[in-house]
Amino acid sequence: MSQTIKTTFQLPIGPIHPALKEPVAFEFEIDGEQIIDVNVTLGHVHRAIEWAARKRNPIQVLYLAERICGICSYCHPMAFALAVERIADVEVPEHAQFLRVIHAEIERMCSHILWAGVAAHEIGFDSVLFLTWEIREKLLDLTEYLVGNRVTKAITMIGGVRRDITPEMYPKIKETLQYLKDSFEKLRRVYLEDKTFKMRTKGCGILTKEEALKLVAAGPTTRASGVKKDVRVDQSYFAYCDLDIDYMTPDILTGEVNGDVYDRIIVRLLEVKQSISLIEQCLEQMPPGPIVSEPKIAKLLAKLKKVDGEGIGRMEAPRGEVFHYVKLNANEYIYAWKVRAPTYNNIMPWIPMLKNQQIADIPIVAASTDPCMSCTNRIIMIEDKKTFILGKEELHQRSIQKTRRLHL
Amino acid sequence: MRFSMLPQVFVQMFKKPFTNKFPAKYTPSSTTKFVEKIQNGTVTIHPPVPIPEHFRGKIRYDKDKCIGCKLCIKVCPSEAIEFKEEEKKIKIFLARCTFCSQCNDICPVSCLSMSDDFLLADTDKYSKNLIVE
Ligand code: SF4
Ligand code: SF4
Repeated sequence: MSQTIKTTFQLPIGPIHPALKEPVAFEFEIDGEQIIDVNVTLGHVHRAIEWAARKRNPIQVLYLAERICGICSYCHPMAFALAVERIADVEVPEHAQFLRVIHAEIERMCSHILWAGVAAHEIGFDSVLFLTWEIREKLLDLTEYLVGNRVTKAITMIGGVRRDITPEMYPKIKETLQYLKDSFEKLRRVYLEDKTFKMRTKGCGILTKEEALKLVAAGPTTRASGVKKDVRVDQSYFAYCDLDIDYMTPDILTGEVNGDVYDRIIVRLLEVKQSISLIEQCLEQMPPGPIVSEPKIAKLLAKLKKVDGEGIGRMEAPRGEVFHYVKLNANEYIYAWKVRAPTYNNIMPWIPMLKNQQIADIPIVAASTDPCMSCTNRIIMIEDKKTFILGKEELHQRSIQKTRRLHL
Repeated sequence: MRFSMLPQVFVQMFKKPFTNKFPAKYTPSSTTKFVEKIQNGTVTIHPPVPIPEHFRGKIRYDKDKCIGCKLCIKVCPSEAIEFKEEEKKIKIFLARCTFCSQCNDICPVSCLSMSDDFLLADTDKYSKNLIVE
């Protein structure tokens, strides 16, 4: 009597993934459409940025740090500056502390709105993608107006910032904030009330509070699971201690925490609202004063050349805590530099999130932790020695088809 | 609402497009001819979105003012600046430049500044347009 043996399939994704900062390889074990198990491997591409820094002085490294990520082009150099300031005992003027908050919050809003668009795209809802990115465009215009460029801000300086925000600039900032507030209601209705969104995101990619704590998830991903963790509140830096700020968890809006993709949308939308309020508070409370502690850069460089020691810089990037370690050894160049971006923490939580989900949910679940993640994956399926490739397009099509199916 | 995006989509259909059609409203069939026409003034280009006041574009260099102190070379993160020993002047390769304007900030005689010129695309990274000296 012959017996049927049921087996599962292996389905690798990655490791080359252009949309991610860190290329990553997934290995899925699937049974039909269902994901039974998933394994994630990291470390495929090392850009040697930290090594490149060893041939540069701290001022040059600011711009190198800016290029770690295009979306976080402010928090990386800032975290680096925080570390160097700690080593060299540089006091940042109060006015600059407020300016730093304003830039950080603008970046957070840009990132969250960008992410919201990507999330819509992943479930095949492209009209929403264009709506959200239109809103983001206004924020990029504001960024350009304040710092001189849309993406690479080049605003960080050790001991402060490089450009002031003067009262003549307030009307433009306020106008953009007003536009955001008006558009916020539009976004809220689309993301939180639309049937399509609810069907695709509720109960999908659940990360429980226990898992979030155990796997040390960071940023909105962990807050959506109900973990109260935010560097801005826990370890107040910049001028956050003077501002009214609290942890954003989904229960503020719905009264319950599910830890699913829907909750991650809620948290990010709430944080956009919080950022608007933080910038408004900054504009009100900002005291006048210098923007940087040492305006003469040559002098600052000479000072940094003499310091010896190590320090860390932590701040809340849009995706979670970013951590920089710097060591200087009384030399012109940096001795050591280590960066830990929040995505690192948010990779392990993918495993509990993806288990028992369907293949069509991979894009939205993976994207729900990281705004950069778009499904440029390539899947190679090997079945009976025949190889076929599930490319980005087909994976995307599957996702769209699932949305359609649910509507029937 | 069941499909809260629907009304928005209808509104969007009748709205003016958000995108600025720069430099031409429709793609010209021949780019070279289009450029020629612009040069002899038969067509005008669609204006770009206005550039904010402190935009960081192509670097301007006031060669006569430069004292050859090499400070800009010291802070340039991308090693885009070369020092010309005989003349004691600098040469900036814009193809490497990241437009951070750090060289502008450190220059003791303020001979460097950022212009609002952003049209810098070129097929040759050593073209005249991309070297400032
Ligand atoms: S703008 Fe920045 S990258 Fe460009 S030449 Fe000056 S210092 Fe170098
Ligand atoms: S810092 Fe200014 S003066 Fe010195 S070499 Fe550079 S351009 Fe010339």
